[in-house]
Amino acid sequence: MWARAVKLGLRSWVGWRRGFTSKADPQRSGRVTAEVIEHLERLALVDFGSQEAVARLEKAIAFADRLRAVDTDGVEPMESVLEDRCLYLRSDNVVEGNCAEELLQNAHRVVEEYFVAPPGNISLPKQDEQEPFSHI
Amino acid sequence: MLKGYVPPYNATVVQKLLDKGAVLMGKTNLDEFAMGSGSTDGVFGPVKNPWSYSKQYREKRKQKAHGENEDSNWLITGGSSGGSAAAVAAFTCFAALGSDTGGSTRNPAAHCGVVGFKPSYGLVSRHGLIPLVNSMDVPGILTRCVDDAAIVLGMLAGHDPKDSTTIQDPVKPFTLPTFADVNKLCIGIPKEYLAPELSSEVRSFWSKAANLFESEGAKVIEVSLPHTSYSIVCYHVLCTSEVASNMARFDGLEYGHRCDINVSTEAMYAATRREGFNDVVRGRILSGNFFLLKENYENYFIKAQKVRRLIANDFVNVFNSGVDVLLTPTTLSEAVPYLEFIKEDNRTRSAQDDIFTQAVNMAGLPAVSVPVALSNQGLPIGLQFIGRAFCDQQLLKIAKWFEKQVQFPVIQLQELMDDCSSDFEIEKLSSVSLKQ
Repeated sequence: MWARAVKLGLRSWVGWRRGFTSKADPQRSGRVTAEVIEHLERLALVDFGSQEAVARLEKAIAFADRLRAVDTDGVEPMESVLEDRCLYLRSDNVVEGNCAEELLQNAHRVVEEYFVAPPGNISLPKQDEQEPFSHI
Repeated sequence: MLKGYVPPYNATVVQKLLDKGAVLMGKTNLDEFAMGSGSTDGVFGPVKNPWSYSKQYREKRKQKAHGENEDSNWLITGGSSGGSAAAVAAFTCFAALGSDTGGSTRNPAAHCGVVGFKPSYGLVSRHGLIPLVNSMDVPGILTRCVDDAAIVLGMLAGHDPKDSTTIQDPVKPFTLPTFADVNKLCIGIPKEYLAPELSSEVRSFWSKAANLFESEGAKVIEVSLPHTSYSIVCYHVLCTSEVASNMARFDGLEYGHRCDINVSTEAMYAATRREGFNDVVRGRILSGNFFLLKENYENYFIKAQKVRRLIANDFVNVFNSGVDVLLTPTTLSEAVPYLEFIKEDNRTRSAQDDIFTQAVNMAGLPAVSVPVALSNQGLPIGLQFIGRAFCDQQLLKIAKWFEKQVQFPVIQLQELMDDCSSDFEIEKLSSVSLKQ
């Protein structure tokens, strides 16, 4: 019943989402649910944009699943090939800098010596509140 | 995403070259953010392989003349540093820099008939190299001969205080001596690299190369790298995860492209990144974020790190058993036409084409692709040598000896032949290069 309610909710979305959620794609493993998609888009701040992108993610996950066949009992994860060496640390002295003007030149919106950003305490609207994007 | 960006500083490798008097000819094209194995997904369009226009290739195609438009079936350069390889192959410059995270320097080097060298991880500074996978990236060197690569390496190698992952051991510039002790060498041929998709021509050149070493007295043995078949999967997980993190810095606020939305920071970031990144990059970011989700972290990311250790250990075991250098193919076949390459998507192609090159990045070892001969279609084929960690000089010595034995032909481009009065002049241009 909950699933049906969610499905009805999904159907009311505008744009491309309606296209893919109502079709049952036989290849989909079901791992990439609508919630996962929304969660990923929120975390990455990058959108899928189309059904093909979701299908590609599914394929990528299936590909990565092949790792399960490897026996890694007792193996430590490797972060870097140089793990046996000490990282070099510089001494904490300022030796260069003072190029604020050069750095500010690359930014689009600048006021005096500040980078200008839109207000930060507004979270991205949830999917059913969003306007449909136009595709590039 | 970096449209209009003018870097306020030079990368260490660039600065080092400029300090030694190099003349910067320009910047070359590549796959967007070095993601791809064909140099077809860049913002400036795909890169064409200069060999598509060579006399050697054109003559072979005339034999199968079909009356098709000569320019429509041009070949890819391989990737992702295809522009750099094409620039060197077309005699535009003496040397070019690329990046190598999964084979991005060696792959186009093999397709364009130039030397593509990947230094040991930690030998050359990554300061200024836009990071893709911090634990595997290195700047790559593309040149027309191994001597040139050694000269460039001599200038670039060494500790950089701005990159704490560079090793602190002192490095001296060197000239490559002529290698005389081939009969003391032990060459390893990894049996798992005999992939079913390997073209018969590449396989036969690989075989001939092994026989060449054997005939000179070297010991050539078959070795095993058991986890080879998992390396591409492991790379896929680690790469996308690190990419998800590294691409987070591109938000439009301090540099690069910025969209017009001003409702909120998050909305601005999301729209900027949608506009600024192409499908390939976005796909990798999203995959990476998936593998890094709390519920997936252990099963995917940590698992891939463990598999990475197994792969690196495979190499350590082989080198500990007395092998000096490994000899493998670089690519599955010669360069393919663009129209054929784009039939599959970027991820599939990368998974297919990186198969011989990316395990080396996992282990941080030095490797070099040396052009061997022309295929039946008149296109270059390269073979790869993999050396022990930080034994880059020895690796290049062996590669130089091999290069001298195979005498890879110079590309015959019409413009070049018009400028130079004789074949001898062209030869001189290619091999003398940096030496006066």
